[in-house]
Amino acid sequence: MAGHIVPARTYFLVFAALVVLTAVTTAVAFVDLGPLNTVVALAIAVCKACLVVLFFMHVKYAPGLTRVVVVTGFLWLALLIGISLSDVVTRPWTPIPQGWQTSSASPSPANQP
Amino acid sequence: MSNHAAAVAHQFDDAFQQHDAATLGMWVFLTTEVLFFGGLFTGYTIYRHLYLPAFEAGSHLLDVRFGAANTLILICSSLTMALAVHAAQLGHRKSLMTFLAFTLILGLLFIFIKLAFEWRHDYIEHLVPGINFAPEGETLAAIQARHAPVNYVELFMIFYFIMTGIHALHMVVGVGILTTLLIMAYRGRFSPERCNPIEMAGLYWHFVDIVWIFLFPLLYLIGGRY
Repeated sequence: MAGHIVPARTYFLVFAALVVLTAVTTAVAFVDLGPLNTVVALAIAVCKACLVVLFFMHVKYAPGLTRVVVVTGFLWLALLIGISLSDVVTRPWTPIPQGWQTSSASPSPANQP
Repeated sequence: MSNHAAAVAHQFDDAFQQHDAATLGMWVFLTTEVLFFGGLFTGYTIYRHLYLPAFEAGSHLLDVRFGAANTLILICSSLTMALAVHAAQLGHRKSLMTFLAFTLILGLLFIFIKLAFEWRHDYIEHLVPGINFAPEGETLAAIQARHAPVNYVELFMIFYFIMTGIHALHMVVGVGILTTLLIMAYRGRFSPERCNPIEMAGLYWHFVDIVWIFLFPLLYLIGGRY
């Protein structure tokens, strides 16, 4: 009995919260919030994941070393997605070099979209 | 003392150290799983950014009702798994077996809905890349109404099948683990001193639930449903 025993009541409360959040995220998907739809959907997903990790997976009661490993995993995931997107998203921001003959009647093929 | 000696492997000082070591090892494995699925999520995010209309059109080809139902099924199965761990920690063999069986059934129900309703429907509608991707009729009209190139919608479906397919594969592995644990519990192999296998299997099962918690909004919800 080395593991921390979480009261069953906690599990039921977390379960209720997860069901409510699922209902909310599904309902919000049918409301037009513009770009906020994606933000809300992902924010709710992160909340649900945190509830599962902290209570169902006992990380709230885990020793520091385990928590460091957990945080590291998700930190590396954030780096993977963040740095990849910093490349893909910013590519159109960089102006295409026009070369020496910008005023030429026949621009180089590289400038064509 | 004999019970203690049987429950704690000789390389550990006590049950607490053994439990912490098992938890740490399981989380190191789950970290590799996070990054394994993370690569797919990253690829999905990048191509969604590049081909947004096609990915939204692709999302509309999925049925939110099945996605939401499966989300609720997995959340229920996570609850029963957590309660199974709880029962194992308290040494309640019968309720441990009951909750493991419930988790198993809910896992099978998830896989059944995926196969029998969603993937079967996609196959009939000619939406499976590599097998029969050739949308026609109303499906094709819906894609064209969104000004989405059909080949990029196919890319969405490739991501959809790979991501949900690998997730379903994890579910199948989980069902195998649960079956093994159920047999072991039936034979009385667990006690409050020896329930780490149940708890570690629980960590795996909850992780698979978390993957779906992200797949559901990414694939089904954020495609402009309104």
